[in-house]
Amino acid sequence: MKPETIQLTPTEAFTARSRAVLADAQKRRSFRGAMDFLQEKRRAQFPDADEFEGLRDLCEALRRESLAQLPRLLEELEQKLIANGVKVHWAESADEANAIALAIARAADARLIVKGKSMVSEEIGFNHAMAEAGIEALESDLGEYIVQLAGEGPSHIIMPAIHKTKGEIAELFAEKIPGTAYTDDVDALIAIGREVLRRKFAVADVGISGVNFAVAETGTLCLVENEGNGRMCTSVPRVHIAITGIEKVVAKLAHVAPLYSILTRSATGQPVTTYLNLISGPRKEGELDGPEEVHLILVDHGRTQAYADAQLRATLQCIRCGACINHCPVYARIGGHAYGTTYPGPIGAIASPHFFGLAQTWPLVFASTLCGACGEVCPVRIPIPDLLVRLRAEAVAPEGPALRGAGAAASAPASAVWSAWALVYRNAGLYRFVTWLASRGRRFFPKAQGGWTRARTPLIPAAKRLRDLIKDRKRK
Amino acid sequence: MILARLRAAAPAPVPPLADVGAWYTARARGEDAAQRLARFTRAIEAARAEVHEASAANWRERLFAVAAAKGVRTLLIGATAAGAALEAENAGRLKIVRYDKPIETWRDELFAQIDAGFTLARGAIAETGSLIVWPSVAEPRLISLVPALHFVLLDARTIHADLHSAISSENWPANLPTNALLISGPSKTSDIQQTVAYGAHGPRELVVFVLREDA
Repeated sequence: MKPETIQLTPTEAFTARSRAVLADAQKRRSFRGAMDFLQEKRRAQFPDADEFEGLRDLCEALRRESLAQLPRLLEELEQKLIANGVKVHWAESADEANAIALAIARAADARLIVKGKSMVSEEIGFNHAMAEAGIEALESDLGEYIVQLAGEGPSHIIMPAIHKTKGEIAELFAEKIPGTAYTDDVDALIAIGREVLRRKFAVADVGISGVNFAVAETGTLCLVENEGNGRMCTSVPRVHIAITGIEKVVAKLAHVAPLYSILTRSATGQPVTTYLNLISGPRKEGELDGPEEVHLILVDHGRTQAYADAQLRATLQCIRCGACINHCPVYARIGGHAYGTTYPGPIGAIASPHFFGLAQTWPLVFASTLCGACGEVCPVRIPIPDLLVRLRAEAVAPEGPALRGAGAAASAPASAVWSAWALVYRNAGLYRFVTWLASRGRRFFPKAQGGWTRARTPLIPAAKRLRDLIKDRKRK
Repeated sequence: MILARLRAAAPAPVPPLADVGAWYTARARGEDAAQRLARFTRAIEAARAEVHEASAANWRERLFAVAAAKGVRTLLIGATAAGAALEAENAGRLKIVRYDKPIETWRDELFAQIDAGFTLARGAIAETGSLIVWPSVAEPRLISLVPALHFVLLDARTIHADLHSAISSENWPANLPTNALLISGPSKTSDIQQTVAYGAHGPRELVVFVLREDA
């Protein structure tokens, strides 16, 4: 998966993928069921609206505070990490991040890399880059392992294999894992994955992880997980490489407490995850395990573009809980793969344009009903609907501020239509004339109106305008 | 370059500084140690951990009894006084292995031949039912991760109300080890059709012995 090519999302491809899912009753049932389940679990975690709103205020303030001081906090983080014995690398682009990781892996003479869950590694096409260099990068989060076995990417940022039924996974395991008989018992399937991956943890040379929060005050990388594969990847191999976006930094260790709480409750509706793993350095003198080398790769990949704009900066408040995805009526119907980028759903629509450019991602910002559910559930109050509207404007208006790919969706006919619309609505006489013309000429309106009538009745003006109806009534 | 671009960005209006301490102070429950223990136990049992209350005198016998019931043959311990006490009272019931050499020299054996691990908890968190486990020179990281069963010894007096109170009252920022953990149950996953399954990569079972002065 090379990011610059596969991430290409021409609108036809997006539409085609969406239609394919919409036509698949089984997939639609399974997405709907999963979304209902996740929404209900999250709701149960916030029984007290005052507590929830108070915690949201606090967490939003913490994220905004971190971003306001981002350059200083990143410097502090780097200094503390170096003092702790962690090597810090900065990567402007996806290619640069992969090159840094590859150099570390080569220096470690690595043949096998085990990976904990890292969305940034998906974003930069890490597995593909390693495969090209002849190094196997094996996903060890069970969901990620399943989609990797299937030759797919994750369809959800928290639950990568949410689009698969246990029957499909049972067939996949029986086909792809040597010596595995078909079973669709979930415990048995998990046990199979556990055994396969344990053998890999024991021999892997390098472990990869993401980062949920990077604490500037102490130089600590915080990892949130349930399975324990994150701990395996960061404790067993000789080298640990953490990859994260520059926005994940928080000022103080104490700030992790509320952020961790709102993250797990918003994401999967759990009061807490099984593990919170705080890593503040490599194996120290005398310690008997843990990696001898710990590296952190801080990835920009378009994040500074979002940062430069006072409104779009809010995109970087995200703590990647996925609540907006779980509550999105569009995601619930088309699933994650239709989006064609690493991050699906509302957060994907507002973040991807910065990572991959609007030219390749603009259809995503239009793939929303603007119902507002995403903004309502966001635990750090990112105004997602406002950002969608803003990015729509950027997508059609090339004269806007410097966003990569701005204006990619501009179309002369559309813009002519809107100019005419504006003219008509600004001029009372013209408005009266045009509406008169439309109501008299209604039979000339076509029954087939392109995309609009694919799933809706055609737009035909009324026989009488409102002003005509009022005139009639007065006459009586 | 990245930092230069960030610095060049228009400064956002500085938001009011969040007062995390005040949030937790305002929500403090004023519980005593017994109430915190009760809340901790409820929460961690809901995550499928086993909790046994015990005394300084009897926790080892309780542990041996649970180990026997679960068919444990080999137990991995660290270089702690509690571990040594287990060894002293073992009387040949278990094969007790000390984690006293670097992982590189016995990785396969650790992954293949150890049934259970035993560690201390530094403390716990009532709100979420979380054990605070800080691996160390004496108790390496993998004791609490690789064996399929994890035994933990917790002193009831060390249970905090919430994570924030643990971090601030113990001044974690000044004392963090290379690896610090919260453990809130056995390893689990919901990656197959949102069905919870235990023992994903870490321990399948978590058994906590809580020391109570009055037990």
